[in-house]
Amino acid sequence: MPNPNHYDSIQLTPEGQLKHFLTIEGLHAELLTEILDTADSFVDMSAQQVKKVPLLRGKTVANLFFEASTRTLSTFELAAKRLSADVLNLNISTSSTSKGETLKDTLMTLRAMHCDMFVVRHSASGAAHFIAEHVTPDVAVINAGDGRHAHPTQAMLDMLTIRQHKGDFTKLKVAIVGDILHSRVARSQIHALRILGVEEIRVIAPQTLLPRHIESMGVKVFNEMSRGLRDVDVIIMLRLQKERMQTALLPSESEFYKLFGLTEAKLAYAKPDAIIMHPGPINRGVEIESGVADGDRSVILQQVTNGIAVRMAVMSMAMSGQLKQTQQRLEASGV
Amino acid sequence: MMNIKISNGRIIDPATGLDQVTDLYVRAGEIYAIGDLADDFHYDEVIDATGLIVCPGLIDLCAHLREPGETHKGSIASETAAAAAGGITSLITPPTTRPIVDTPAVAELIQDRAADAGFARVMPMCALTQGLQGEQLAPLHALAGSGCIAFTNARLPIKSTLNLLRCLEYAATFDLLVVFQAQDHSLSSNGCMHEGANSTRMGLSGIPEAAETIEVSRCLLLVEQTGVRAHFGQLSCERSVQLITAAQQRGLKVTADVAAHHLILSDEQVNEFDSSLHLQPPLRSALDRAGLIQGLLSGSVTAICSDHQPQDLISKQAPFAETAAGLSGLETLLPLSLSLVERKLIELPQVIEKLTLGPAKILGLDSGSLQIGKPADICIFDPNEQWTVNKNSLRSAGKNTPFNGKTLKGRVFTTLLGGRVVFRRG
Repeated sequence: MPNPNHYDSIQLTPEGQLKHFLTIEGLHAELLTEILDTADSFVDMSAQQVKKVPLLRGKTVANLFFEASTRTLSTFELAAKRLSADVLNLNISTSSTSKGETLKDTLMTLRAMHCDMFVVRHSASGAAHFIAEHVTPDVAVINAGDGRHAHPTQAMLDMLTIRQHKGDFTKLKVAIVGDILHSRVARSQIHALRILGVEEIRVIAPQTLLPRHIESMGVKVFNEMSRGLRDVDVIIMLRLQKERMQTALLPSESEFYKLFGLTEAKLAYAKPDAIIMHPGPINRGVEIESGVADGDRSVILQQVTNGIAVRMAVMSMAMSGQLKQTQQRLEASGV
Repeated sequence: MMNIKISNGRIIDPATGLDQVTDLYVRAGEIYAIGDLADDFHYDEVIDATGLIVCPGLIDLCAHLREPGETHKGSIASETAAAAAGGITSLITPPTTRPIVDTPAVAELIQDRAADAGFARVMPMCALTQGLQGEQLAPLHALAGSGCIAFTNARLPIKSTLNLLRCLEYAATFDLLVVFQAQDHSLSSNGCMHEGANSTRMGLSGIPEAAETIEVSRCLLLVEQTGVRAHFGQLSCERSVQLITAAQQRGLKVTADVAAHHLILSDEQVNEFDSSLHLQPPLRSALDRAGLIQGLLSGSVTAICSDHQPQDLISKQAPFAETAAGLSGLETLLPLSLSLVERKLIELPQVIEKLTLGPAKILGLDSGSLQIGKPADICIFDPNEQWTVNKNSLRSAGKNTPFNGKTLKGRVFTTLLGGRVVFRRG
């Protein structure tokens, strides 16, 4: 039966602290703001000579990447190391692990090695939930991307970047452009933007790259850049996930670029101070013009920097919530 | 063989319109008498049915038993025992076993094992094409001679419309019943739930309504052309019911059933990656659910089935899309169906008809009633008993029920098969 507080019960302690970080959906604005504030303090720290804090000292973080990734894996690794954790990176290709049986066994094995946190990327939507709910509820699970469902740390680093440039969320119009259908990033961004109270969220794409009923997530749908970009404050370009294209979704990359690629000309529709974001890696000349990606309104590299800070924030918060819960459990059982 | 008196129950037999509190007598495995009887009838046992309903044993149009080939998920013995516990005395099992039921040997094996187990009458539904590959016709005539009650390609595609046409023509030659579990493969094959707001939100690939309605339409047009006897199993969309209704109004002799859980749940419940709700066909929208109920009420849908798909634990322990579809439904078929009575949507005798006489007529069987001289296949149940589903207490090897921990109303008390007690609540 539907339970609106279900996500709360999985990823929050009874006191409302994070113990896993699986999805933005269902979280309160205060908690998102707390993540952003905590991340801000780590941004400052990362610019200093000594970049480490002892928040996760003595803890072991396992990065479990069932789907290939370079940049997300490396930012999670750096984030864990800057928190003084021991880090184990496992690239487990899904082709060798045919079914969930193996996923469960892999996780149970790592738990037996006393890992304290799992950072999980998996090609199946709901994989992180499955692990947090059914496999290892007592190990903090951070979702580093599950299928088309969620990529909450990416969304939070985007929110941090937007806040650094725009301050107040409530007056903003934000456009997300491109392959919404396959994008977990877009889904998490939409949840985050809505919770933080932006005035308007738009998605711009051809119908083939929009999931059915996307309006139900609280966005306005546009099929043309000229209308969709009008007066927006923030433009988020999505990577055209060519590797996920299984069927005839688009006639060609060049037609997509002509219609939906962000060029100087199309940028003119947006507000003059609009910022341009992209979760990377960029396909230059497919979804974005090279000059625009490198231009002064692009904040793409700042997003990368913020990524480390946001992941440090989320990891330290979830670990602290998980430890408190363990502590309470031990006290309750009289140990 | 024991003589049995079932005393003082409310006897409901939709076939005769009987609905009366009285006694029913079973002799030599058959229904001997209902109501008053000469005093010299000797009986070995009295089943006190005071406050209970006595009706024909239920007939389930779709129950996967997993044997042969997948006995880690269930066996003919375990699943027919579960059927008996659910008040089901006859069931139809689809051909998707390993090996597939496309030879008389496999069809006979299933019936032999079911007879050995002795809990329920099992009638195999056989493959329409060899190996369910959608290419070469299966030996329909020989299979019919080995006890196959109907023919289906399950949810596997017959991509070539020409091949499908030939299958239907050949089946029509021998007046064989063809069952469609309609789903367009190209629209459904990547999906794991209804395409709607929740599939979008959760990033799960959807199965659009059109996956079903397109295939229903294609099949209906060919049924019309060939005149084959046809049945549509487990409709999930309101629009499919409308297509069937329109075809029936045009005079086509097509029938349809729905699965009990599709009358209770909708895709609104599929919001938490709960793999027990990964079903095939998927749970559709609340509007579709209302349309299915409407189809039952209007009479275009004449049966409710369990669509029992038992799974082992491992098959459901994975991220949602990677889990196996289906639920364990035999033991909840009756209470789920009765919930429509509780919601005052349908009268009790009508819902019993959808579980007994309705499916019997679809299959062309002369059963599903309590008429004198018929085999005593009887379900005795308490319509008011509330019970909490505990998956570990299910008799089915499949513990995959989304109703675990839920309280349902209506519970089977005793089941008789051919005058033998095959289930008794202890």
